[in-house]
Amino acid sequence: MSTVTTTIPLEHRSPLRTLGWALPALVVLVALPWITEQYQTILLAYGLVMGIAALGFNLLLGYTGLLSFGHSAYFGVGAYTVALMVKYLGVSSMELFLAGAIVACVLVTAIFGVACVRYTKIFFGILTMALSQVLWSLAFKFFWVTGGTDGLRVPTPTLLGVVTGKGDKIAFLATSYYYYVLGVFVLCVALMWVIVNSPFGRALQAIRDNEVRAEFVGIQIRQYRWVAFLVSGVFTGLAGALWVPLNGLTTPDIMHWTFSGEIVFMTVLGGFRSFTGPIVGAIVFNYLKTYAIGYTVYWQGLLGLVLVVLVLSLPTGIVGTADRLWARWRAK
Amino acid sequence: MDIVVIHLLNALLYASVLFLIAGGLSLIYGVMRIVNLAHGNLYAFGAYVTAWVVGTQVARLQAGGREPSTFLLLALLPAGAVAAAAVGALLEPTLLRPFYRRAEEYQLLVTFGLLMILDDVIRFVWGPYPLSASVLFENFGSLPIGDAIYPTYNFLVIAVGGLAAVFLWAFIYRTRFGVVLRATSQDMRMSSALGVNVNRVYVQAFTLGCLMAGLGGAIIVPSQSAVLGMGVDALILSFIVVVVGGLGSLEGALLGALIVGFVREAGIAWFPEIELAVLYLIAAVVLLIRPAGLFGRA
Repeated sequence: MSTVTTTIPLEHRSPLRTLGWALPALVVLVALPWITEQYQTILLAYGLVMGIAALGFNLLLGYTGLLSFGHSAYFGVGAYTVALMVKYLGVSSMELFLAGAIVACVLVTAIFGVACVRYTKIFFGILTMALSQVLWSLAFKFFWVTGGTDGLRVPTPTLLGVVTGKGDKIAFLATSYYYYVLGVFVLCVALMWVIVNSPFGRALQAIRDNEVRAEFVGIQIRQYRWVAFLVSGVFTGLAGALWVPLNGLTTPDIMHWTFSGEIVFMTVLGGFRSFTGPIVGAIVFNYLKTYAIGYTVYWQGLLGLVLVVLVLSLPTGIVGTADRLWARWRAK
Repeated sequence: MDIVVIHLLNALLYASVLFLIAGGLSLIYGVMRIVNLAHGNLYAFGAYVTAWVVGTQVARLQAGGREPSTFLLLALLPAGAVAAAAVGALLEPTLLRPFYRRAEEYQLLVTFGLLMILDDVIRFVWGPYPLSASVLFENFGSLPIGDAIYPTYNFLVIAVGGLAAVFLWAFIYRTRFGVVLRATSQDMRMSSALGVNVNRVYVQAFTLGCLMAGLGGAIIVPSQSAVLGMGVDALILSFIVVVVGGLGSLEGALLGALIVGFVREAGIAWFPEIELAVLYLIAAVVLLIRPAGLFGRA
């Protein structure tokens, strides 16, 4: 089969070659605030945040073979944890926000996970969706806690205990906060890289490819899936926590299942069979959505059209297609 | 006492419409093993078309100085169902057929894309404002129930829901087409080998499912208005219905619709804050205890 070459996951390649890609990309990301306008930097910060969310999501879809339609819940849990910490505890330290979001997401995903990992395929999808909608409806209806559709405002946080956003908020978001997001992003990517290349990550891929065989080898499928669910949810929740200060506001929309659909969309856009696919997809999707909204009120339909065409013609996503073209070009 | 009767009627009203939507969703899943995320949009489409047709007719007649007759408006009601069915008949062969052999993820994604597109098509055609066909609702007046009154039109909706269930049952268990449909649903390859034109059965099943969704929208629109976003809300509720009842089972859809109808009505009366959460939790609990739903095949 010729398609085999297109779906070789990146982790099968040498780490050195990957570094050859990653370092220049990192240099560009670090240099960007000096080169471009503040608006572009903030836009990219959104993209990086969504990249973390999609990276976490893809641990389930790409590596474990479970399609979750409820990841908006964990993004929302992260975001609302931050907002509630501001509202009730008066916290302003970003590190505490992240820690709080991680704790909250561990709790929620641990409970949801027990229920969800008993199923696969469509039932897994529907169950994750139903559970995420429970949280959405709570955020929507308990307006005296969550602000309902008005949402909760979140002021700019204190970074590392020293940097505050007093004064020019835009400048703060475009420089200090951008680097903060970039730092967390790099940490997350490195951590996820270690996870998917660890024996644990290999076991997940074995489960994805052949559940029965994996079980015979001695892998405890349900426990592995549960841990993958937990890790995946925590990554997405971390993204939610990073997203709130950027957006300044959290509303129930980010808990709604259509937002889960967007996470699925960006992951498939980039290519869920590769490590970098979700990151590329998230960043591209973020630009796509921003410019589509600016271009037409019918941006949603436009994105839907992109999705349909993508699924019909480029099922391996941007990274998968680029890999194939690259391989064909090298073969010449 | 009157209040209880009215609550019961409301629950039945709700269940009727939900059955039409969820029954269509379940039928499509049962035959083709596709969960159509755009199903709610076809319900919305039905509602918009009926509201638009009825609305333009009323405006035309009133411009001529005549009052629209209830009978004429009733005859126009199914327009939404027919339109939704036509869209379905168009969509299945063009967009869904390439995906039957591919992984479920892609099927979900393509219908999710369809959801986004249809949402905006409705916005494009009918604009962002609600569309109503309330003339029909008002023409029917209301009936006294004890000391309270209840809109007569709602009885019609309940009757249509009940009739649809009976017709569908007869259609699937008592006609030749029903036999073919059930055979294809049980074993697509075998029925294909026995000479069933599976492609045709798929188009027909999908069209029938969309017809039901469109009918649901068409009969509810006189009492409510057609608004943007109604499709996504309906989809989620019909998900609960089919999860409770069992994906692919029409009996399950009926039972699920009744359960969701009654719980929702009780929720609105007694626990409005957690009404939706309770519904989703019921779905989650049913999935945990009986993953295939109350009537589902394992």
